[in-house]
Amino acid sequence: MRDLDRRLLAFLQDGLPLVAAPYATLGQRLGVSEAEVRARLDHLQSAGVISRFGLVVRHHELGYRANAMVVWDVPDAEVRAAGRRLAALDFVTLCYQRPRRLPRWPYNLFCMIHGQDRDEVLAQVVEAAVLAGLEQVRREVLFSTRRFKQRGACYAAPTETAKQAEVA
Amino acid sequence: MTAAVLQSSECNEAGDLDWVQRALIDGYQRGFPLTEHPYATIAEALGVSESAVLEALADLRERGVLGRIGAVVRPHRAGWSTLAALEVPEARLEEVAALVSAYPEVNHNYEREHELNLWFVVAAAERGRVEAVLDDIELRSGLEVLELPLEEAFCLDLGFAIRWARS
Repeated sequence: MRDLDRRLLAFLQDGLPLVAAPYATLGQRLGVSEAEVRARLDHLQSAGVISRFGLVVRHHELGYRANAMVVWDVPDAEVRAAGRRLAALDFVTLCYQRPRRLPRWPYNLFCMIHGQDRDEVLAQVVEAAVLAGLEQVRREVLFSTRRFKQRGACYAAPTETAKQAEVA
Repeated sequence: MTAAVLQSSECNEAGDLDWVQRALIDGYQRGFPLTEHPYATIAEALGVSESAVLEALADLRERGVLGRIGAVVRPHRAGWSTLAALEVPEARLEEVAALVSAYPEVNHNYEREHELNLWFVVAAAERGRVEAVLDDIELRSGLEVLELPLEEAFCLDLGFAIRWARS
């Protein structure tokens, strides 16, 4: 990825400015034309680096008060198929395979479920288990109780972030 | 550091949002216009003025509903990231959560109901920087970090369909 792309993504962490010509504003900060900014964003999307570009909303503030990370201990040979089945459910927002850390952590499949309240989320977990064929698989539901930080990922240049960390 | 308590009821209900705001959330979580004047492009599509779109977005941001208009980057394409967890004694939770949140590389940091009670995501341009942050957190907190990097993504973040009818 080009250095310009990296800096562009870093600037976008603060969000697209709410002004009439926001790409021109970004271009001024980056020292390139506004057309170049739009071309790079278009390219990053078609290249699959950016999976989506638009409003990033906060579920909690939209009334989805309960959010759970549901973790499953799926036999290795079945994890990919199970992951795809879970991912296909409309109430599952993210679904990832991650390594087990035995003996501490036996779970290798993770998904996020957002709902209006805990009961709704728990009902969806049961539904997900049935629909994804995971009823017999050990699972845990980790509700979040406090949000300490939520923002976009920061992919700024390492020297820059290292400096910020020192300040922090 | 102020932590949002997720059960609090002080936040605005989605029911307060007007139709322009709902249309923005429904229609523009992806494919945001790459035109010279994107808010005017949206305004034209919705049949309202550009200033109405800008005001609606500013209000959403003020309410905390809108985090930002931005790019969601596919994992491990523009850098490295990992999910990590800590088992923090209850009495130290605020202190350790603040320590973790202070790193600019940490973008999500949540308390969850589990023995492993603090869950956070570390992202940086290079994997080495992510590892350095995790090492630093271990050193400063005196707690063992459980590192759980992504091995395979089964769905991309393509936005979230809001079920307005229920609100």
